[in-house]
This record gives sequence, structure tokens and C-alpha cells, in this order.
Amino acid sequence: MLETSYVLLTIVGCAVVTWLSRVLPFALLKRHQLPPLMVELLSFVPITIMTALWINSLFSQHVGHLPTPNVANILASVPTVIVAFLTKQLLWIVIAGMISLAVIRAFIG
Amino acid sequence: MNSQLDARTAVKETLPTVFGYIGIGLAFGVVSQSVGLDVILVMLMSAITYAGSAQFIMVSMLATHSPVISIMVAAFLVNARMMLMSATVAGYFRHDSMWHNILVGTLLTDESFALGMNKLNATDRKLNFHWFNTVNLIAYGTWIAASGVGALLGKLVAHPEKLGLDFALVAMFIGLLYLQVIADKTLSVNLQVVVIAVEAILIYVGLIFIPSNALLLVGTVLGCVIGVVIKHARN
Repeated sequence: MLETSYVLLTIVGCAVVTWLSRVLPFALLKRHQLPPLMVELLSFVPITIMTALWINSLFSQHVGHLPTPNVANILASVPTVIVAFLTKQLLWIVIAGMISLAVIRAFIG
Repeated sequence: MNSQLDARTAVKETLPTVFGYIGIGLAFGVVSQSVGLDVILVMLMSAITYAGSAQFIMVSMLATHSPVISIMVAAFLVNARMMLMSATVAGYFRHDSMWHNILVGTLLTDESFALGMNKLNATDRKLNFHWFNTVNLIAYGTWIAASGVGALLGKLVAHPEKLGLDFALVAMFIGLLYLQVIADKTLSVNLQVVVIAVEAILIYVGLIFIPSNALLLVGTVLGCVIGVVIKHARN
């Protein structure tokens, strides 16, 4: 179980930064605009951060050495990507991922 | 979609998107419960932070005991696109009070943004507070309730690792990544696939040198810079 105060602090801290990013443009728009280069950089954030989190979960880290592959997670990613391609529904993608890993663990322990 | 901008019309037009919130909200609840958050904390995060995909990232970083400041930066980065959406919507509320502007911005989501942009085509490029606020409120209530129910369902399962529940989060990122690639019309699919491949290599190599908490941020920023460079090199 995670420490409640740590989780609450994170909830409030993230609430402030995400709220500001939604509300400040309403307040500032009349006077300023984001520079086009900034807009371009931000447009890559969703795909790069999702990729970073995904790849990060496929390996165990040993700083100074090559990462060790997490074979079960790598294998389970394959059917998950296929179901994403076929259904385009987040709920099915998640269910497919969980079933895949459960089946893989049943075989390779 | 019709040209009416009253609350009743908003309810009717929002209903199809509710299923999306329910699905993702349930998944969020199950995932959060699996890393050790109870129902109350799950619902508090949905009610207070209310940041969709950023909440999944928050939970995965909480699970690895990342520093609060790193989680805040990551949540900000992944939600930074909201600045662009709210800047777009703000243009249609210039004549409304500041309070109404703040309320619309506070509860703005990807889906209510998309619905609003769609609605513009039926209303001669007009939006109003009552319509938009109703859409936002339905989304907000559904998200909190669905994430709470998801957390309760997750509790019924005794050995989550046997069910592959810990992979739900990774599967979610794969799903969000795929859906982002096919939905984002501002970047070509080719370019996005190239950037994803570069980012994957970057993270693998980065794992050798940088602790993974910091790597997620450094790698993302570097990936964005490389994305812009590749985009310009191809044009």
C-alpha cells in the first residue's frame, strides 16, 4: 500500500499543473500566442511519452549495464498491439493485454 | 448534431461518448487498485486532478515511488496538449464572463473538445456556456464514478499478478499510443511511426545511463526535439 500523504500530495500537485494548462490559455489568449516552434514540440509529447513508458516497462534497469529484457511483458505486447489494430477500443486493448500476460505467465511461470 | 445549444441537446449529444469514459475509467480504477491505491484515493484523483491519460502516468510513477516533482512534470508534459485545445475553445467564449471561461477550461477534456469542434459545424460556428458546461459535467461525473467502480471491481480479485492485471497499465499505454497515432491528423502516420521508433531506441540506450524516473522526462523532451527536426528535414 502506498503512503496516503505521498499520494495526496501528488494528486494536488498534478491538479495544479494540469488545471493551469487548461485554464491559463483562456486567460492569456487575448494578449499572447504560443510560439509556433513550441506548439510543434508539444505536438510530439503524447506519442513520445507513451512510447517511453511502454519501452521502460519491457526492461529491468541496471545503470551502467545493458537492460535485462522482461520477456513476459515483451511477448504480451504483441497480441495487445494486434487487438489495438483490430478493435481501436481502449477497453478491449486492456483486457487483451491482461489475458495475454496471464496466459504467458501460466506457461513460462 | 443539430443547431440547438441548450442543456437537453447537450445531454443527448454527449451520451455516445459516455461509454468511452466508462471503459477508460473502469480500466483506470482496476489499474490503480492493482498498484495499491484504495477506492477513495482513486476517486479523489479523478475528481481533483481530472487528467485522463496523465492519471495513468501518475499511478505508474507512484508505483515506482518517483519524486512528487517528477510526477508533476510528467503530468504537465502529457497534458500540455490541453493548452492548445483550451486556446482554441477560448476563442468562442470571449464574450462570456471570466468565471464561465474558467469553468469551461477547468472541465475541458479531449472528448468535450472534439464534440465542441464537431458542434461548431452545426451551429454556424457558435458555442455557448450551457451546452459546453453540460457536456463537461456529464464527462466529469461519469469519469469519477467509473474509476471508483473500477477500483471496487479490482479489489474482488485475490492474486492480481495471476490475472495479468499489472499489465493493464502497459496495455493502456499501447492502446493510447495506437489511438493517438490514428487520431492525430496534424502529424502523418509515417512521421509518428519514425518518431516512435527513434524514441524506443532512445529509451533503451538511456536505460544504460540514466535512472528511469529521470529518463522518462529527458527521453520525452529529447524525443520531441528529434520529432521536430525529422519533420522539418522531410519537408
